[in-house]
Amino acid sequence: MTAIDDGTPLAAGTESAIMAAAARIAALGECGPRLARDPVNLPMIRNWAEAMGDGNPVYTDAGVAAASVHAGLVAPPAMAQVWTMRGQHPASDPASDAGDPLGLMSQVLDDAGFTSVVATNCEQAYHRYLRHGEQVSVRSSLEDVTGPKRTALGEGWFVTTRSTWLAGQEPVATMLFRILKYRPSAPAVPSAASGVLRPVVSRDTEFFWAGTAAGELRIQRCGGCGAIRHPPGPMCPRCGAASPGYLVAAGTGEVYSYVVHHHPPLPGRRLPIVVALVTLAEGVRMVGELLGAGPDDVRIGLPVRVAFVRVDEDLTLPAWKPAGKEGRR
Amino acid sequence: MISGAAAIAGIGATEFSKDSGRSELRLAAEAARAALADAGLSPHEVDGLVTFGMDSTAEIALARELGVPELRFFSQVGYGGGAACATVQQAAMAIAAGLAETVVCYRALNERSGRRFGQVPRAAAEAPTSAGVDNGWHYPMGLGTPAATVAMIARRYMHEYGATSEDFGRVTVADRRHAAVNPKAWFYRRPVTLAEHQASRWIAEPLRLLDCCQESDGAVAVVVTSRERARDLPQRPAVVRAAAQGSGPGQFVMTSYYRDTLGLAEMSVVARQLWRQAGIGPADVRTAVLYDHFTPYVLMQLEELGFCGRGEARSFIAGGAIELGGRLPVNPHGGQLGEAYIHGMNGIAEAVRQVRGTAVSQVPGDGPVLVTAGTGVPTSGLILGP
Repeated sequence: MTAIDDGTPLAAGTESAIMAAAARIAALGECGPRLARDPVNLPMIRNWAEAMGDGNPVYTDAGVAAASVHAGLVAPPAMAQVWTMRGQHPASDPASDAGDPLGLMSQVLDDAGFTSVVATNCEQAYHRYLRHGEQVSVRSSLEDVTGPKRTALGEGWFVTTRSTWLAGQEPVATMLFRILKYRPSAPAVPSAASGVLRPVVSRDTEFFWAGTAAGELRIQRCGGCGAIRHPPGPMCPRCGAASPGYLVAAGTGEVYSYVVHHHPPLPGRRLPIVVALVTLAEGVRMVGELLGAGPDDVRIGLPVRVAFVRVDEDLTLPAWKPAGKEGRR
Repeated sequence: MISGAAAIAGIGATEFSKDSGRSELRLAAEAARAALADAGLSPHEVDGLVTFGMDSTAEIALARELGVPELRFFSQVGYGGGAACATVQQAAMAIAAGLAETVVCYRALNERSGRRFGQVPRAAAEAPTSAGVDNGWHYPMGLGTPAATVAMIARRYMHEYGATSEDFGRVTVADRRHAAVNPKAWFYRRPVTLAEHQASRWIAEPLRLLDCCQESDGAVAVVVTSRERARDLPQRPAVVRAAAQGSGPGQFVMTSYYRDTLGLAEMSVVARQLWRQAGIGPADVRTAVLYDHFTPYVLMQLEELGFCGRGEARSFIAGGAIELGGRLPVNPHGGQLGEAYIHGMNGIAEAVRQVRGTAVSQVPGDGPVLVTAGTGVPTSGLILGP
């Protein structure tokens, strides 16, 4: 197990699975060439040069270019990647998308929880200038995957790809590109008092919530036949009496089942949390957050005792803590 | 008797995507028109509409868009995805009772680009209804998503029967394998391995990301008419051999945690009716389309439906039994884990294709096809056949 910044444990085997996926993708070698949408052309160059503030006339002025060492219009070398960009709304192309090593590796890391991305390095080398009208393509391969690394952004993996741009079969530019795929550190969550979902309280259930506010865990008991029941309701399903009362539970029980909630965010809580379904000593089951026991401490059968979490003057939630141990609030 | 009274004569769907770019009403209208065209019928012949209580498109709104002049039967079935097969049951009942002749059942949702069910639903938690009061026993305590509510049962199931996360993953592997050859599936050409399932991140332990079905935008509609009329229409009828709803003791929506017996009692109620109505048993089923929003409930459904004994599903599914070529191919279209999450309606469409013999992955034979609806909620099921 690897603990990471927000305390979320990585599943056993995640690292080896990521490395195995990386090896598999790297073994694919270079993906099939993906063609530029358009040949190298003046309008694109003009807009790019303008945006970059590059006024060199060999890119845009045919007369100047003809008299230059290039003997004709050329494209800025740093535009290499521009030609093969997919555009704002890329059409799905299963043939080329399927083999794209950066896409494949990103998916693996997304699925493992490293969902955020930041580019960290880009090194380009230019072998020659491209001429207007040339058709460019790009091929990419997975160079390296390293991790998990602790970074200021969160724990993550560095993914490096190598891309080669070609005019016909001739390499014209290469690029080493590195990203960090990371799991963002858990954002600061407001205290439990704010934002927590509130129960709908009806005439049939207000006794329960009045109880938690008073530090009592109340279980409904039928005024007719004495059957106990949770969750409560207005009419006894056993005898039909509409005269519910309650007893005050001893407040002890054991974990019948539990969930460790990681995702998505829950209002008013810092994740992960453990929520337990507890069988009380009186025999009914009840749901509550398990406090003072982490994901590695909880187990089915764990003895627990009730705790009361006061949210505000109108709401106090029942919760559990391991029996015989002071739970944290 | 409902068995044999009605048949599904047309199916229609939009594309399945993550961002449809259009309203749910429009998706419903597109799917309904496609289903009617498939059936060789015109909107003027529609006299009934049925949908889910959760659907945002009212029957009258869809009738206006389709140009349906008059409705004689309209109905909405509650409890989320549990409604799927019950929409066809409603239609079949209306037809059997002579109340309607041509009923379109539909479900349209922008569940990925619009309202996402996997997020914590504050409005549902705080609704002033019996359901809102029920939610008060779970949501405020931090149990606030469908995945988490299933995880609670799944953990206990593992404890009682020795099932493992790998056992759950085998459902994912089967669905994704089937989706990989279905061009309509979101995960077309994207199978996963058990190792990838095991490496996927936790959502609500013991559920991983790949135990949870995808989120989708899209719509599916089916046209139900009498069996006699369906015979005169272009497509081979998918006859409704059985159609049932079920709710169990101590029933809650996703949180029936207070029962004596661990399981999906509501699906057992459905199963008993299906077998009795159709006059068949589990061994007669050619292929099953099982509702697969979360993998553990596929295992538990196999038990409730009688394909194996309680706690034995992990043995039943071992060795690829639920994959194509296995003894009970499940979700040949890829299910909701692989094709799309259209709240179970796309599963009904697949069952119709299996009866017609037009499925992408056709399961050999002419035997009956089972379909189930949402689990963990009051639910429904169908048996379709030639």
